[in-house]
Amino acid sequence: MDTQVIIDSFPALLDGLWLTVEITVYALLIGFCLATAVAMMRVSRNILLRAPVIAYIFFFRGTPLLVQIFLIYYGSGQFRAELTQIGLWHLFREPYFCALLTLVLNTGAYSAEIFRGAIQAVPHGEVEAARACGMSGWLLYRRIILPKAMRLALPAYSNEVIQLFQSTSLVSIITLMDLTGVARTIVARTFDVYEIYITAGLLYLAVTYGVLWVFRLVEHRLSGHLREREDPAAAVRDALRARA
Amino acid sequence: MFDLKGYGWMLWEGLAMTLTVGACALLLAVVMGLLGAWGKLARNPAARLAASTYTTVIRGIPELLLLLIVFYGTPTLLQKLAETMGHDIRVDFNAFTAGVMTLGFIYGAFATEVFRGAFLAVPRGQVEAAYACGMSRALAFRRVMLPQIWRFALPGLGNVWMVLIKATALVSVIQLDDLMRKSFIAMGVTKLPFDFFFVAAMMYLGITAVSMIGQQQIERWANRGVQRA
Repeated sequence: MDTQVIIDSFPALLDGLWLTVEITVYALLIGFCLATAVAMMRVSRNILLRAPVIAYIFFFRGTPLLVQIFLIYYGSGQFRAELTQIGLWHLFREPYFCALLTLVLNTGAYSAEIFRGAIQAVPHGEVEAARACGMSGWLLYRRIILPKAMRLALPAYSNEVIQLFQSTSLVSIITLMDLTGVARTIVARTFDVYEIYITAGLLYLAVTYGVLWVFRLVEHRLSGHLREREDPAAAVRDALRARA
Repeated sequence: MFDLKGYGWMLWEGLAMTLTVGACALLLAVVMGLLGAWGKLARNPAARLAASTYTTVIRGIPELLLLLIVFYGTPTLLQKLAETMGHDIRVDFNAFTAGVMTLGFIYGAFATEVFRGAFLAVPRGQVEAAYACGMSRALAFRRVMLPQIWRFALPGLGNVWMVLIKATALVSVIQLDDLMRKSFIAMGVTKLPFDFFFVAAMMYLGITAVSMIGQQQIERWANRGVQRA
Protein backbone atom coordinates (compact mmCIF):
# COMPACT_ATOMS: atom_id res chain seq x y z
CA MET A 1 0.00 0.00 0.00
CA ASP A 2 1.44 3.31 -1.11
CA THR A 3 -0.05 6.08 1.03
CA GLN A 4 1.81 8.91 -0.70
CA VAL A 5 -0.09 8.42 -3.95
CA ILE A 6 -3.39 8.59 -2.04
CA ILE A 7 -2.40 11.87 -0.39
CA ASP A 8 -1.19 13.29 -3.71
CA SER A 9 -4.33 12.41 -5.62
CA PHE A 10 -6.82 13.23 -2.88
CA PRO A 11 -7.54 16.83 -4.03
CA ALA A 12 -8.23 15.60 -7.57
CA LEU A 13 -10.56 12.90 -6.22
CA LEU A 14 -12.41 15.52 -4.16
CA ASP A 15 -12.87 17.61 -7.32
CA GLY A 16 -14.34 14.53 -8.96
CA LEU A 17 -16.62 13.95 -5.98
CA TRP A 18 -17.83 17.53 -6.34
CA LEU A 19 -18.93 16.90 -9.94
CA THR A 20 -20.61 13.66 -8.86
CA VAL A 21 -22.56 15.47 -6.15
CA GLU A 22 -23.40 18.39 -8.43
CA ILE A 23 -24.80 16.20 -11.19
CA THR A 24 -26.73 14.13 -8.63
CA VAL A 25 -28.32 17.20 -7.09
CA TYR A 26 -29.34 18.71 -10.45
CA ALA A 27 -30.73 15.40 -11.67
CA LEU A 28 -32.65 14.97 -8.41
CA LEU A 29 -34.19 18.44 -8.46
CA ILE A 30 -35.33 18.29 -12.08
CA GLY A 31 -36.20 14.58 -11.81
CA PHE A 32 -38.38 15.23 -8.76
CA CYS A 33 -40.55 17.75 -10.62
CA LEU A 34 -40.76 15.46 -13.65
CA ALA A 35 -41.65 12.44 -11.50
CA THR A 36 -44.41 14.29 -9.64
CA ALA A 37 -46.04 15.33 -12.91
CA VAL A 38 -45.59 11.86 -14.41
CA ALA A 39 -47.02 10.15 -11.31
CA MET A 40 -50.09 12.39 -11.43
CA MET A 41 -50.58 11.49 -15.09
CA ARG A 42 -50.03 7.83 -14.24
CA VAL A 43 -52.96 7.74 -11.80
CA SER A 44 -55.21 9.81 -14.06
CA ARG A 45 -58.38 8.16 -15.33
CA ASN A 46 -57.79 9.62 -18.79
CA ILE A 47 -56.14 6.93 -20.94
CA LEU A 48 -54.56 9.56 -23.22
CA LEU A 49 -52.62 10.91 -20.24
CA ARG A 50 -51.90 7.50 -18.75
CA ALA A 51 -50.74 5.48 -21.79
CA PRO A 52 -47.70 7.59 -22.79
CA VAL A 53 -46.33 7.74 -19.25
CA ILE A 54 -46.78 3.97 -18.82
CA ALA A 55 -44.64 3.48 -21.95
CA TYR A 56 -42.09 6.01 -20.68
CA ILE A 57 -41.81 4.37 -17.26
CA PHE A 58 -41.60 0.87 -18.78
CA PHE A 59 -38.83 1.91 -21.18
CA PHE A 60 -36.64 3.67 -18.62
CA ARG A 61 -37.11 1.04 -15.93
CA GLY A 62 -36.69 -1.87 -18.32
CA THR A 63 -33.42 -0.90 -20.00
CA PRO A 64 -29.93 -0.41 -18.53
CA LEU A 65 -28.86 3.14 -17.76
CA LEU A 66 -25.79 2.63 -19.92
CA VAL A 67 -27.96 2.01 -23.02
CA GLN A 68 -29.93 5.15 -22.22
CA ILE A 69 -26.77 7.22 -21.92
CA PHE A 70 -25.39 5.87 -25.20
CA LEU A 71 -28.73 6.31 -26.92
CA ILE A 72 -28.75 10.00 -26.06
CA TYR A 73 -25.03 10.78 -26.28
CA TYR A 74 -24.05 8.78 -29.38
CA GLY A 75 -27.56 8.34 -30.78
CA SER A 76 -28.16 12.08 -31.08
CA GLY A 77 -25.24 12.22 -33.53
CA GLN A 78 -27.37 10.41 -36.07
CA PHE A 79 -29.77 13.35 -36.08
CA ARG A 80 -27.12 16.04 -36.14
CA ALA A 81 -28.56 17.86 -39.16
CA GLU A 82 -32.06 18.01 -37.69
CA LEU A 83 -30.80 19.03 -34.25
CA THR A 84 -28.62 21.77 -35.73
CA GLN A 85 -31.63 23.06 -37.62
CA ILE A 86 -33.72 23.50 -34.48
CA GLY A 87 -30.71 24.87 -32.63
CA LEU A 88 -30.27 22.09 -30.06
CA TRP A 89 -27.12 20.49 -31.40
CA HIS A 90 -24.78 22.58 -29.25
CA LEU A 91 -26.51 21.06 -26.22
CA PHE A 92 -26.37 17.44 -27.38
CA ARG A 93 -22.71 17.86 -28.28
CA GLU A 94 -21.87 18.31 -24.60
CA PRO A 95 -21.42 15.10 -22.59
CA TYR A 96 -22.50 16.99 -19.45
CA PHE A 97 -25.88 17.85 -20.93
CA CYS A 98 -26.44 14.33 -22.27
CA ALA A 99 -25.49 12.76 -18.94
CA LEU A 100 -27.78 15.08 -17.01
CA LEU A 101 -30.67 14.57 -19.43
CA THR A 102 -30.35 10.78 -19.19
CA LEU A 103 -30.15 10.80 -15.40
CA VAL A 104 -33.17 13.10 -15.15
CA LEU A 105 -35.24 10.88 -17.42
CA ASN A 106 -34.05 7.76 -15.59
CA THR A 107 -34.69 8.95 -12.06
CA GLY A 108 -37.93 10.53 -13.27
CA ALA A 109 -39.23 7.11 -14.28
CA TYR A 110 -38.14 5.31 -11.12
CA SER A 111 -39.37 8.06 -8.76
CA ALA A 112 -42.66 8.34 -10.64
CA GLU A 113 -43.33 4.69 -9.88
CA ILE A 114 -42.54 5.31 -6.20
CA PHE A 115 -44.79 8.39 -6.08
CA ARG A 116 -47.58 6.52 -7.86
CA GLY A 117 -47.57 3.87 -5.15
CA ALA A 118 -47.58 6.59 -2.50
CA ILE A 119 -50.43 8.55 -4.12
CA GLN A 120 -52.48 5.37 -4.29
CA ALA A 121 -51.68 4.65 -0.65
CA VAL A 122 -53.23 7.92 0.56
CA PRO A 123 -56.28 6.80 2.58
CA HIS A 124 -59.43 7.09 0.55
CA GLY A 125 -61.33 8.68 3.43
CA GLU A 126 -58.99 11.67 3.50
CA VAL A 127 -59.56 12.32 -0.18
CA GLU A 128 -63.33 11.96 0.28
CA ALA A 129 -63.27 14.33 3.24
CA ALA A 130 -61.39 16.90 1.16
CA ARG A 131 -63.89 16.53 -1.66
CA ALA A 132 -66.72 16.98 0.82
CA CYS A 133 -65.04 20.24 1.85
CA GLY A 134 -65.22 21.32 -1.76
CA MET A 135 -61.64 20.71 -2.86
CA SER A 136 -60.91 19.17 -6.21
CA GLY A 137 -58.27 19.00 -8.89
CA TRP A 138 -55.04 20.84 -8.24
CA LEU A 139 -56.14 22.16 -4.83
CA LEU A 140 -56.88 18.61 -3.65
CA TYR A 141 -53.47 17.46 -4.87
CA ARG A 142 -51.60 20.40 -3.40
CA ARG A 143 -53.24 20.45 0.02
CA ILE A 144 -54.09 16.81 0.75
CA ILE A 145 -52.69 14.16 -1.58
CA LEU A 146 -49.15 15.34 -2.36
CA PRO A 147 -48.04 16.24 1.20
CA LYS A 148 -49.29 12.89 2.51
CA ALA A 149 -47.91 10.94 -0.47
CA MET A 150 -44.46 12.52 -0.16
CA ARG A 151 -44.25 11.46 3.47
CA LEU A 152 -45.29 7.92 2.54
CA ALA A 153 -42.79 7.87 -0.34
CA LEU A 154 -39.83 9.05 1.71
CA PRO A 155 -38.26 5.66 2.65
CA ALA A 156 -38.45 4.34 -0.91
CA TYR A 157 -37.34 7.69 -2.33
CA SER A 158 -34.24 7.73 -0.14
CA ASN A 159 -33.25 4.43 -1.78
CA GLU A 160 -33.74 6.00 -5.19
CA VAL A 161 -31.53 8.94 -4.20
CA ILE A 162 -28.74 6.52 -3.20
CA GLN A 163 -29.26 4.56 -6.39
CA LEU A 164 -28.99 7.72 -8.49
CA PHE A 165 -25.92 8.93 -6.63
CA GLN A 166 -24.18 5.67 -7.40
CA SER A 167 -25.33 5.42 -11.00
CA THR A 168 -23.72 8.79 -11.75
CA SER A 169 -20.46 6.81 -11.87
CA LEU A 170 -21.54 5.75 -15.39
CA VAL A 171 -21.07 9.29 -16.69
CA SER A 172 -17.33 8.64 -16.54
CA ILE A 173 -17.84 6.35 -19.57
CA ILE A 174 -18.79 9.36 -21.69
CA THR A 175 -15.63 11.22 -20.62
CA LEU A 176 -16.97 13.24 -17.70
CA MET A 177 -14.51 13.73 -14.85
CA ASP A 178 -16.64 12.62 -11.92
CA LEU A 179 -15.19 10.68 -9.00
CA THR A 180 -14.96 7.44 -10.98
CA GLY A 181 -13.65 9.31 -14.02
CA VAL A 182 -10.88 10.99 -12.04
CA ALA A 183 -9.96 7.68 -10.36
CA ARG A 184 -9.70 5.97 -13.74
CA THR A 185 -7.46 8.70 -15.13
CA ILE A 186 -5.13 8.59 -12.14
CA VAL A 187 -4.93 4.80 -12.32
CA ALA A 188 -4.13 4.94 -16.02
CA ARG A 189 -1.21 7.24 -15.17
CA THR A 190 0.17 5.73 -11.97
CA PHE A 191 -0.98 2.06 -12.10
CA ASP A 192 -1.74 2.24 -8.36
CA VAL A 193 -4.93 0.38 -9.01
CA TYR A 194 -6.39 -0.50 -5.68
CA GLU A 195 -5.03 2.42 -3.63
CA ILE A 196 -6.93 4.87 -5.85
CA TYR A 197 -10.04 2.81 -6.49
CA ILE A 198 -10.47 1.90 -2.84
CA THR A 199 -10.04 5.54 -1.79
CA ALA A 200 -12.71 6.49 -4.35
CA GLY A 201 -14.90 3.68 -3.04
CA LEU A 202 -14.55 4.93 0.53
CA LEU A 203 -15.55 8.43 -0.59
CA TYR A 204 -18.69 7.01 -2.21
CA LEU A 205 -19.37 4.96 0.91
CA ALA A 206 -19.04 8.01 3.16
CA VAL A 207 -21.44 10.14 1.10
CA THR A 208 -23.93 7.27 0.75
CA TYR A 209 -24.21 6.69 4.48
CA GLY A 210 -24.15 10.43 5.16
CA VAL A 211 -27.17 10.87 2.89
CA LEU A 212 -28.94 7.88 4.47
CA TRP A 213 -28.35 9.38 7.91
CA VAL A 214 -29.87 12.71 6.83
CA PHE A 215 -32.90 10.92 5.42
CA ARG A 216 -33.34 9.02 8.68
CA LEU A 217 -33.34 12.32 10.57
CA VAL A 218 -35.92 13.80 8.21
CA GLU A 219 -38.09 10.70 8.51
CA HIS A 220 -37.87 10.84 12.28
CA ARG A 221 -38.86 14.50 12.25
CA LEU A 222 -41.80 13.96 9.88
CA SER A 223 -43.23 11.01 11.79
CA GLY A 224 -43.34 12.72 15.17
CA HIS A 225 -47.13 12.55 15.38
CA LEU A 226 -47.06 8.78 14.80
CA ARG A 227 -44.59 7.91 17.56
CA GLU A 228 -45.62 6.99 21.04
CA ARG A 229 -45.41 10.01 23.28
CA GLU A 230 -42.74 10.10 25.89
CA ASP A 231 -44.26 9.48 29.27
CA PRO A 232 -43.03 12.16 31.71
CA ALA A 233 -44.14 10.04 34.68
CA ALA A 234 -42.00 7.08 33.60
CA ALA A 235 -38.85 8.31 35.33
CA VAL A 236 -40.65 8.76 38.63
CA ARG A 237 -42.34 5.37 38.32
CA ASP A 238 -39.06 3.63 37.56
CA ALA A 239 -37.42 5.27 40.55
CA LEU A 240 -40.25 4.15 42.83
CA ARG A 241 -40.11 0.62 41.45
CA ALA A 242 -36.37 0.52 42.03
CA ARG A 243 -36.85 1.45 45.65
CA ALA A 244 -39.63 -1.10 46.24
CA MET B 1 -38.14 -1.42 -38.87
CA PHE B 2 -34.40 -0.73 -38.73
CA ASP B 3 -31.88 -1.55 -41.43
CA LEU B 4 -29.03 -3.05 -39.45
CA LYS B 5 -26.86 -3.48 -42.57
CA GLY B 6 -26.29 -7.16 -41.86
CA TYR B 7 -25.01 -6.59 -38.32
CA GLY B 8 -28.10 -8.00 -36.64
CA TRP B 9 -26.40 -11.35 -35.95
CA MET B 10 -23.80 -9.56 -33.85
CA LEU B 11 -26.51 -8.26 -31.58
CA TRP B 12 -27.94 -11.77 -31.17
CA GLU B 13 -24.48 -13.05 -30.23
CA GLY B 14 -24.18 -10.21 -27.74
CA LEU B 15 -27.59 -11.03 -26.32
CA ALA B 16 -26.49 -14.65 -25.76
CA MET B 17 -23.40 -13.43 -23.89
CA THR B 18 -25.49 -11.01 -21.80
CA LEU B 19 -27.83 -13.84 -20.80
CA THR B 20 -24.94 -16.19 -20.01
CA VAL B 21 -23.21 -13.63 -17.80
CA GLY B 22 -26.53 -12.82 -16.15
CA ALA B 23 -27.39 -16.46 -15.43
CA CYS B 24 -23.94 -17.30 -14.03
CA ALA B 25 -23.94 -14.16 -11.90
CA LEU B 26 -27.41 -14.95 -10.57
CA LEU B 27 -26.26 -18.45 -9.57
CA LEU B 28 -23.30 -16.96 -7.69
CA ALA B 29 -25.56 -14.30 -6.15
CA VAL B 30 -27.92 -16.98 -4.80
CA VAL B 31 -25.01 -18.88 -3.22
CA MET B 32 -23.58 -15.66 -1.74
CA GLY B 33 -27.05 -14.66 -0.60
CA LEU B 34 -27.64 -17.94 1.26
CA LEU B 35 -24.20 -17.65 2.88
CA GLY B 36 -24.83 -14.01 3.76
CA ALA B 37 -28.25 -14.70 5.25
CA TRP B 38 -26.80 -17.58 7.26
CA GLY B 39 -24.10 -15.19 8.50
CA LYS B 40 -26.57 -12.45 9.41
CA LEU B 41 -28.72 -14.83 11.42
CA ALA B 42 -25.83 -16.75 13.00
CA ARG B 43 -25.19 -16.71 16.75
CA ASN B 44 -21.49 -16.24 16.11
CA PRO B 45 -20.76 -12.47 16.34
CA ALA B 46 -17.82 -12.76 13.90
CA ALA B 47 -20.10 -14.24 11.22
CA ARG B 48 -22.68 -11.52 11.86
CA LEU B 49 -20.06 -8.80 11.59
CA ALA B 50 -18.66 -10.26 8.35
CA ALA B 51 -22.11 -10.51 6.78
CA SER B 52 -23.17 -6.99 7.71
CA THR B 53 -19.84 -5.51 6.57
CA TYR B 54 -20.35 -7.28 3.26
CA THR B 55 -23.82 -5.83 2.64
CA THR B 56 -22.87 -2.37 3.96
CA VAL B 57 -19.80 -2.01 1.74
CA ILE B 58 -21.48 -3.37 -1.39
CA ARG B 59 -24.52 -1.10 -0.97
CA GLY B 60 -22.32 1.97 -0.61
CA ILE B 61 -20.05 1.65 -3.65
CA PRO B 62 -21.13 1.97 -7.31
CA GLU B 63 -21.14 -1.22 -9.37
CA LEU B 64 -18.86 0.24 -12.00
CA LEU B 65 -16.19 1.05 -9.43
CA LEU B 66 -16.44 -2.43 -7.88
CA LEU B 67 -16.09 -3.95 -11.33
CA LEU B 68 -12.95 -1.90 -11.95
CA ILE B 69 -11.56 -2.84 -8.54
CA VAL B 70 -12.07 -6.56 -9.18
CA PHE B 71 -10.93 -6.53 -12.80
CA TYR B 72 -7.84 -4.34 -12.46
CA GLY B 73 -7.19 -4.59 -8.74
CA THR B 74 -7.21 -8.34 -8.11
CA PRO B 75 -4.41 -9.28 -10.56
CA THR B 76 -2.19 -6.52 -9.16
CA LEU B 77 -2.93 -7.57 -5.62
CA LEU B 78 -2.15 -11.22 -6.37
CA GLN B 79 1.06 -10.31 -8.18
CA LYS B 80 2.25 -8.12 -5.32
CA LEU B 81 1.40 -10.84 -2.81
CA ALA B 82 3.36 -13.37 -4.88
CA GLU B 83 6.25 -10.91 -5.10
CA THR B 84 6.51 -10.58 -1.33
CA MET B 85 6.64 -14.36 -1.13
CA GLY B 86 9.45 -14.39 -3.69
CA HIS B 87 7.56 -15.61 -6.75
CA ASP B 88 7.32 -13.75 -10.01
CA ILE B 89 4.00 -14.56 -11.59
CA ARG B 90 1.74 -12.93 -14.08
CA VAL B 91 -1.97 -13.05 -13.34
CA ASP B 92 -4.38 -12.29 -16.12
CA PHE B 93 -7.98 -12.02 -15.22
CA ASN B 94 -10.45 -13.25 -17.76
CA ALA B 95 -13.11 -10.57 -18.40
CA PHE B 96 -15.90 -13.14 -18.18
CA THR B 97 -14.77 -14.40 -14.78
CA ALA B 98 -14.30 -10.87 -13.48
CA GLY B 99 -17.73 -9.81 -14.73
CA VAL B 100 -19.54 -12.81 -13.27
CA MET B 101 -17.67 -12.60 -9.99
CA THR B 102 -18.29 -8.89 -9.50
CA LEU B 103 -21.96 -9.01 -10.44
CA GLY B 104 -22.52 -12.17 -8.39
CA PHE B 105 -20.75 -10.59 -5.44
CA ILE B 106 -22.75 -7.34 -5.68
CA TYR B 107 -26.15 -8.92 -6.12
CA GLY B 108 -25.29 -11.51 -3.48
CA ALA B 109 -25.59 -8.62 -1.03
CA PHE B 110 -29.11 -7.89 -2.25
CA ALA B 111 -29.96 -11.61 -2.23
CA THR B 112 -28.71 -11.73 1.36
CA GLU B 113 -31.49 -9.37 2.43
CA VAL B 114 -34.02 -11.37 0.42
CA PHE B 115 -33.04 -14.68 2.02
CA ARG B 116 -32.82 -13.15 5.48
CA GLY B 117 -36.41 -12.03 5.15
CA ALA B 118 -37.42 -15.45 3.84
CA PHE B 119 -35.69 -17.28 6.72
CA LEU B 120 -37.52 -15.11 9.22
CA ALA B 121 -40.83 -15.64 7.43
CA VAL B 122 -40.89 -19.37 8.17
CA PRO B 123 -43.00 -19.79 11.34
CA ARG B 124 -40.80 -20.75 14.26
CA GLY B 125 -43.33 -23.28 15.49
CA GLN B 126 -42.93 -25.41 12.37
CA VAL B 127 -39.22 -25.79 12.97
CA GLU B 128 -39.85 -26.65 16.62
CA ALA B 129 -42.45 -29.19 15.53
CA ALA B 130 -39.90 -30.75 13.18
CA TYR B 131 -37.37 -31.05 16.03
CA ALA B 132 -40.10 -32.55 18.23
CA CYS B 133 -40.70 -35.18 15.55
CA GLY B 134 -37.06 -36.16 15.93
CA MET B 135 -35.62 -34.51 12.83
CA SER B 136 -32.01 -33.37 13.04
CA ARG B 137 -31.16 -29.73 12.29
CA ALA B 138 -30.03 -30.59 8.75
CA LEU B 139 -33.08 -32.70 8.04
CA ALA B 140 -35.45 -30.05 9.42
CA PHE B 141 -33.71 -27.45 7.31
CA ARG B 142 -34.05 -29.55 4.15
CA ARG B 143 -37.60 -30.77 4.71
CA VAL B 144 -39.28 -27.86 6.48
CA MET B 145 -37.30 -24.65 6.00
CA LEU B 146 -35.90 -24.85 2.48
CA PRO B 147 -39.15 -25.57 0.58
CA GLN B 148 -40.73 -22.52 2.20
CA ILE B 149 -37.71 -20.21 2.06
CA TRP B 150 -37.57 -20.61 -1.65
CA ARG B 151 -41.25 -19.75 -1.94
CA PHE B 152 -40.90 -16.64 0.24
CA ALA B 153 -37.73 -15.57 -1.54
CA LEU B 154 -39.09 -15.82 -5.09
CA PRO B 155 -40.52 -12.29 -5.49
CA GLY B 156 -37.32 -10.76 -4.11
CA LEU B 157 -35.09 -12.96 -6.25
CA GLY B 158 -37.12 -11.98 -9.31
CA ASN B 159 -36.33 -8.34 -8.57
CA VAL B 160 -32.65 -9.15 -8.07
CA TRP B 161 -32.59 -10.84 -11.48
CA MET B 162 -34.25 -7.86 -13.21
CA VAL B 163 -31.74 -5.41 -11.77
CA LEU B 164 -28.84 -7.78 -12.34
CA ILE B 165 -29.56 -8.38 -16.03
CA LYS B 166 -29.53 -4.62 -16.60
CA ALA B 167 -26.30 -4.27 -14.67
CA THR B 168 -24.63 -6.77 -17.03
CA ALA B 169 -24.39 -3.87 -19.50
CA LEU B 170 -21.44 -2.69 -17.40
CA VAL B 171 -19.26 -5.67 -18.34
CA SER B 172 -18.86 -4.05 -21.77
CA VAL B 173 -16.54 -1.61 -19.98
CA ILE B 174 -14.06 -4.43 -19.33
CA GLN B 175 -14.18 -5.48 -23.00
CA LEU B 176 -16.50 -8.45 -22.63
CA ASP B 177 -18.49 -8.98 -25.85
CA ASP B 178 -21.98 -8.54 -24.46
CA LEU B 179 -24.96 -6.86 -26.14
CA MET B 180 -23.68 -3.35 -25.33
CA ARG B 181 -20.20 -3.88 -26.69
CA LYS B 182 -21.45 -5.60 -29.84
CA SER B 183 -23.79 -2.65 -30.46
CA PHE B 184 -20.86 -0.32 -29.90
CA ILE B 185 -18.72 -2.17 -32.45
CA ALA B 186 -21.55 -2.28 -35.00
CA MET B 187 -22.13 1.44 -34.43
CA GLY B 188 -18.48 2.16 -35.18
CA VAL B 189 -18.72 0.48 -38.57
CA THR B 190 -22.17 1.57 -39.71
CA LYS B 191 -22.29 5.08 -38.18
CA LEU B 192 -25.85 4.41 -37.07
CA PRO B 193 -25.60 4.83 -33.29
CA PHE B 194 -29.28 5.47 -32.61
CA ASP B 195 -30.50 2.44 -34.56
CA PHE B 196 -28.17 0.00 -32.86
CA PHE B 197 -28.61 1.27 -29.33
CA PHE B 198 -32.35 1.44 -29.82
CA VAL B 199 -32.48 -2.18 -30.97
CA ALA B 200 -30.24 -3.15 -28.03
CA ALA B 201 -32.61 -1.29 -25.69
CA MET B 202 -35.53 -3.19 -27.18
CA MET B 203 -33.71 -6.47 -26.55
CA TYR B 204 -33.18 -5.56 -22.89
CA LEU B 205 -36.82 -4.56 -22.71
CA GLY B 206 -37.70 -7.95 -24.18
CA ILE B 207 -35.67 -9.70 -21.47
CA THR B 208 -37.46 -7.64 -18.81
CA ALA B 209 -40.90 -8.39 -20.26
CA VAL B 210 -40.21 -12.14 -20.56
CA SER B 211 -38.75 -12.19 -17.04
CA MET B 212 -41.85 -10.49 -15.63
CA ILE B 213 -44.14 -13.08 -17.23
CA GLY B 214 -41.82 -15.90 -16.19
CA GLN B 215 -41.73 -14.61 -12.63
CA GLN B 216 -45.53 -14.60 -12.44
CA GLN B 217 -45.70 -18.16 -13.76
CA ILE B 218 -43.06 -19.45 -11.36
CA GLU B 219 -44.69 -17.72 -8.42
CA ARG B 220 -48.06 -19.18 -9.32
CA TRP B 221 -46.47 -22.62 -9.58
CA ALA B 222 -44.62 -22.24 -6.27
CA ASN B 223 -47.73 -21.03 -4.48
CA ARG B 224 -50.03 -23.67 -5.93
CA GLY B 225 -50.53 -25.30 -2.52
CA VAL B 226 -51.20 -22.05 -0.68
CA GLN B 227 -54.65 -20.72 0.04
CA ARG B 228 -55.22 -17.20 -1.11
CA ALA B 229 -57.19 -14.69 0.85
